[in-house]
Amino acid sequence: MSTLVIKNLHVTVDTPEGVIEILKGVDLTISSGETHAIMGPNGSGKSTLAYSIAGHPKYTITEGSVTLDGEDVLAMTVDERARAGLFLAMQYPVEVPGVSVSNFLRTAKTAIEGEAPKLRHWVKDVKTSMEKLRMDPAFAERNVNEGFSGGEKKRHEILQMELLSPKIAILDETDSGLDVDALRVVSEGVNRVKEDTGLGVMLITHYTRILNYITPDYVHVFVNGRIAEEGGPELAERLEAEGYDRFPVEA
Amino acid sequence: MSITTDHSKATADAAHKHQYNGTTVPDKSRADRLLSFDADAFGMPTGREENWRFSPMRDIAALLEDKETGEHLEASYPELPQGVSITTIDAEQFRERAVRAPGDRASAVAAARAEGAMALAVAPGTIVAEPIRITVTGTGQSARQAISLDVGTSAEVTVIIERKGSAVVGEFTSVHVADNASLNLVLIQDWDADAIHVGEVVAKLDRDARLRQSVVTLGGKVVRLNTSAALAGEGASVDLYGLYFADSGQHQEHQLFVDHVAPRCRSRVTYKGALAGKTARTVWIGDVLIRAAAEGTDTYELNRNLVLTDGARADSVPNLEIETGEIEGAGHASATGRFDEEQMFYLRSRGITEDAARRLVVRGFFADLVQQIGVPEVEKGLMRAIDQELEQITDGEDES
Repeated sequence: MSTLVIKNLHVTVDTPEGVIEILKGVDLTISSGETHAIMGPNGSGKSTLAYSIAGHPKYTITEGSVTLDGEDVLAMTVDERARAGLFLAMQYPVEVPGVSVSNFLRTAKTAIEGEAPKLRHWVKDVKTSMEKLRMDPAFAERNVNEGFSGGEKKRHEILQMELLSPKIAILDETDSGLDVDALRVVSEGVNRVKEDTGLGVMLITHYTRILNYITPDYVHVFVNGRIAEEGGPELAERLEAEGYDRFPVEA
Repeated sequence: MSITTDHSKATADAAHKHQYNGTTVPDKSRADRLLSFDADAFGMPTGREENWRFSPMRDIAALLEDKETGEHLEASYPELPQGVSITTIDAEQFRERAVRAPGDRASAVAAARAEGAMALAVAPGTIVAEPIRITVTGTGQSARQAISLDVGTSAEVTVIIERKGSAVVGEFTSVHVADNASLNLVLIQDWDADAIHVGEVVAKLDRDARLRQSVVTLGGKVVRLNTSAALAGEGASVDLYGLYFADSGQHQEHQLFVDHVAPRCRSRVTYKGALAGKTARTVWIGDVLIRAAAEGTDTYELNRNLVLTDGARADSVPNLEIETGEIEGAGHASATGRFDEEQMFYLRSRGITEDAARRLVVRGFFADLVQQIGVPEVEKGLMRAIDQELEQITDGEDES
């Protein structure tokens, strides 16, 4: 049983126009087995929340805390956070030329586990997981994210999530830009990992469509750098019907 | 910051020129440049000349002085296979055998003051499977060298010349690949940190000849190794690969000239470099000339530089000169990019440590190039050498 606790998180970013505060006091607790949907309009700070927790150097934490099972996440380097059990599925996964998917996956698994995985099991695990995500085996020999379609990139993110077995995963708009078939495959993957490992999920999304496939336990509406409203799955239905218009956006 | 050009669809355009960093490449044809065995014909370069403007003139001054040094570099090699010979020839014989005259003063001095050239000849029809490895180890000499490589009709051979140790070397190398012959030439500059090496390789390819040359420059204080390849016979094909890795205090310069003389020839130039450290410096100039008679030419040249730390400087100047419209394809690409922070974040967010992530990215950057060398023992050693270069960067950062 793991718990990620975010308390009063304030985050700024440097822009050419000066320092801008994007997160203005976020409180959120996610435990193993729970799925929290974070919904909100563009520019509300959803992705900033994801990247701040993962430790992207672009963001500065000015106030608040993030802990995983009591450990101070903010004091950890990016790779230490991953080894502690956090995983970020990115909205725009990065191309790494010359590094094959299989080499990348094995290197990451070795880093997370602290030792190289047993070859026979590992090859089988990768193969099985790729099959379930309906990825062509030839994928393993391609360079990381190079020339991948939008759907392939997202499947590759979920493949990593399955193989690296994190405690808490943050999915940053994993559904954006996916056609419905790819969305179904990706969602099945998330549900499978949740079932198998008791993963806790922070599901950041702009649309409600993914919630037809992944049922959230909690829905948080994110507006202007804060959580404006919280509720159960019914809140998502209301958002679907009404949109975000009823939430005033501060100037 | 990155500068990128990619004109894979470049067409016949006599005025084709580019502007980089405020300097303009002149319109004068590359074909007009002086070639001579007479050092004085070149005069003493000042460092403002087109072909010297990036070079550290003070460091290489000794190699421009037209006088004997009385010192030599010894080359060692195992027993040669049947059909391959290495002999010493005098300056007169070397001049006769060379495919063309030197292209700058340093080369002319090297050819004139070598006091005997090393001549490797492969008899026509000789097929040698195992690479011929020649090792040159400097022990502090100041030497001028001339080398002649002659691959006879339909012969096939791989030659590795590896330079190690410490020396000040001026060098002129002539390469002749005869009709339908194939030469895989690997030049490894693995010098000690104080070595100065200024060299020119001039190659001539006859009908249907193939030359693959891989230049690997990792060591030395200054390495300036220029290559000219003339595709003189119809159907000839040249691949010029280069891999370099400059740390602080190193200047690595590679100037290339591919001269499409005959029709239906093919050329590929692919050079990739990494730079780490405040005063790391690399220069790449790639000139391609497609002469009027060279119809059906297929050429592409590419240079990529990966700048790993602040302060390092990479210059990259591709030039394409086309005198006929009847070509198959002509293009060039040049890009110099900073080490990508987003790549690092992506890899590290998967638990991979900073050092390991950097290693993955840099190995990935060089991987496809290394695979092109076509000599497994060199390829393996090279990946190890790149890892060692990367370990040194981490040390450097700790010091500063």
